[in-house]
Amino acid sequence: MITSSKLFSRSKFTRSLIGKIFYSLFFAAILTSIGGLTILLFQVFSDGLPWLSLDLLWNYPSRHPEQAGLKSSLMGTLWLMGLTGIFTIPVGLGAAIYLEEYAVKSKLTTIIEVNISNLAGVPSIVYGLLGLALFVQWMALGRSLLAGALTMSLLILPIVILASREAIRAVPLTYRDAAYALGATQWQVIKNVVLPLASPGILTGIILGMSRAIGETAPVIAISALVYMTFIPSSPMDRFTVLPIQIYNWVSRPQDEFRGLAAGGIIILLVVLLSMNTIAVYIRNKYQMRSND
Amino acid sequence: MQERYKNRSKIGGKIVKWIFFSCALVSILTTIGIIFSLLLQAWGFFSEVSVFEFLSGTRWTPILKPRSYGVLPLVSGTLLVTVIAALVALPIGLATAIFLSEYAADKIRRIVKPILEILAGVPTVVYGYFALTFITPTLQDWLFPDMLVFNAMSAGIVMGLMIVPMVSSLSEDAMISVPKSLREGAYALGATRVEVALKIVVPAALSGIVASFILGISRAIGETMLVTIAAGATPRMTFNPLESIQTMTAYIVQLSLGETPHGSLEYNTIFAVGLLLFAITLVMNILGQFVVTKWGVRY
Amino acid sequence: MTDQFADKHVLEAEAVNVWYGNFHALRDVGMKIKENKVTALIGPSGCGKSTFLRCFNRMNDLIPGARMQGGISFYGNDIYDKDTDSTEIRSKIGMVFQKPNPFPKSIYENVAFGLKINGYTGNLDEAVERSLVRSALWDEVKDRLRKSAQTLSGGQQQRLCIARALAVEPEVILMDEPASALDPIATLAIEQLIRELSQSVTILIVTHNMQQAARVSDETAFLMVDDNRAGYLVEHGVTDQIFTEPKDERTEAYITGRFS
Repeated sequence: MITSSKLFSRSKFTRSLIGKIFYSLFFAAILTSIGGLTILLFQVFSDGLPWLSLDLLWNYPSRHPEQAGLKSSLMGTLWLMGLTGIFTIPVGLGAAIYLEEYAVKSKLTTIIEVNISNLAGVPSIVYGLLGLALFVQWMALGRSLLAGALTMSLLILPIVILASREAIRAVPLTYRDAAYALGATQWQVIKNVVLPLASPGILTGIILGMSRAIGETAPVIAISALVYMTFIPSSPMDRFTVLPIQIYNWVSRPQDEFRGLAAGGIIILLVVLLSMNTIAVYIRNKYQMRSND
Repeated sequence: MQERYKNRSKIGGKIVKWIFFSCALVSILTTIGIIFSLLLQAWGFFSEVSVFEFLSGTRWTPILKPRSYGVLPLVSGTLLVTVIAALVALPIGLATAIFLSEYAADKIRRIVKPILEILAGVPTVVYGYFALTFITPTLQDWLFPDMLVFNAMSAGIVMGLMIVPMVSSLSEDAMISVPKSLREGAYALGATRVEVALKIVVPAALSGIVASFILGISRAIGETMLVTIAAGATPRMTFNPLESIQTMTAYIVQLSLGETPHGSLEYNTIFAVGLLLFAITLVMNILGQFVVTKWGVRY
Repeated sequence: MTDQFADKHVLEAEAVNVWYGNFHALRDVGMKIKENKVTALIGPSGCGKSTFLRCFNRMNDLIPGARMQGGISFYGNDIYDKDTDSTEIRSKIGMVFQKPNPFPKSIYENVAFGLKINGYTGNLDEAVERSLVRSALWDEVKDRLRKSAQTLSGGQQQRLCIARALAVEPEVILMDEPASALDPIATLAIEQLIRELSQSVTILIVTHNMQQAARVSDETAFLMVDDNRAGYLVEHGVTDQIFTEPKDERTEAYITGRFS
């Protein structure tokens, strides 16, 4: 038995101290995030709650803060989300179905997949510029809801595709096998077996994509270029503005009252987002197929 | 018997497949569209202003006379905010990931992870509001009385908070995929938890961690509303974070809201800047993916 | 009888019970491990051999929900004592795992790791060489110490892990089926190494391979599972005796292959 323990300076105290110091640093990092979020929410709510009222929801924006409201931007948001959904849901779902059910491993498929993940990292303002050049100018749609919706659907396409793919992938092979064994065609299997079972996950993906779209400001500014609007849109070719843009408009004004209005608008935006995400998580937890079932 | 299967036609199946295929192609068309539209409109700009002048000029006054089209002030503004954001987000994000991966019990994870997801989901206008109405006055009152209302530091700090979730979750994924057997080997030699985390796990997960840094920085570069609201509209080449600057993204917003006519040189500047922005973030995203695939170790 | 008094006991387990959550994994195991001898733990799968092994270097502490009752002493000192630091225990009682787990570092760095964290003040290069010599790997790697450990074969990686464990000069090495992931030739090399090392280090080895236990160990302990899937000790004695004249009929049944 060799005893050269004299050569090991185990310095129990130092090592334990170092361990404790690092632990506090790591823990402090967590506290910073939690603290940051808490302060942010507290700030927003304390500034904005006094301004929450039905007037805020029903009035048009105005130079007078007491009379200003979100009517035009809320309607604009609703319009935009509706139209965006019309484009994004079929295309996103279709792409996901193709990639999961039909595509074989090939160069083209790899290009498509790499492409989708690259698109997820493109700054949103660049999508706005794309929409500006392609939809507003070249397709001559003008600065309309339609142009905005097409742009937004391209923006959230990667999110919807990714979530739908995961949902489709989670459907166990055995169900497909059973259907094929009964003589079903590929499309019949997809339509009658895969999609119904994957629909909670797909729905979750759509909701998450839409909730991202609701908060997006930059691309909409590039398309609509409208910040002060005192009417509500009545057709997809109309001009429009959305809730985050109105918030931005109010934040940019120096008067304190407009800051408060902005905070009020933020509260409404956060409440909408929270509800959407809660619904999405609820659907995911309650209905989602676990792939190891 | 035949009638039951009347609707099954091979052609129908093929049509369906091609419909879905074209949906998948939309993504490729999008990329092509982005590159094409940016290039086309930027071409209009570069036919009047040389690429060299654009990339090396240090004065950006495309609207005011005398006109100058050097984009470096915008780039430096973006850089300044991004560096501050990185100084905040990278250490905090990595520390958060280490805590979640190596220390945290299930109960703590179940609280912290949703909070991080909420942080990631807050719209950037809200962050801009926070930077302008809380961070700036607080910093002005307590630390920097000379700080301007619109400044790079407040925007940078809040931007850092905003990208912590991204850095943290990507780093955490990388660290969690380090196999338990490596940790056990280190513990069996008498290593403390900190030593295992910093000397074994972090080095083993380094490629994923670096990738998370790169992607986080890329996100910061492309961020728009936070800097538009809080960092200012003054293109200026400075390293002083207490001053107002303008980022590339904020400039695009500013001009979009203006009254510049289509097709004019001023109008085309947003595409030139947009092209530069797209190129920078594309390179960073590709770099991030490259770091993981070429450098990463599969366990 | 005089032999037994001459051999010192390095480790003593007394009425050891282990629970994983509500699952009672190990029931009332008591054993004395002799110094500088190889003791083998054999038994059917699921009988808690590895669990028992991991009690000796407090590796079960790392498993959330694991609970131990009973006593384990190392040269008479309770290793589960509140004031005893588990990291210190582990530098005196080392471990080699079933699947070789070298760090994704160079060969040199792997062996040096334990030395560095335990604050070795001597010559690092010499210590690394000494350990690699002791684990019969030095000749094969002396020219490529800076190469990554992943470039070694399975058998070499395991000998590297043994060198890594030896570097911090432990009194005991715990081995959890160290050769089960290796080919027969590499296995033989490991078994030879174990016999050589036991002259200076106490070795406690878990193995599911009875022939290996017979070849390699001085003493053998046989564990089994009861009806509640808890492991318990059936018999412990000199290897020769266990394999030729087992005292318990269950031991005999296992050894003659009536169940595995």
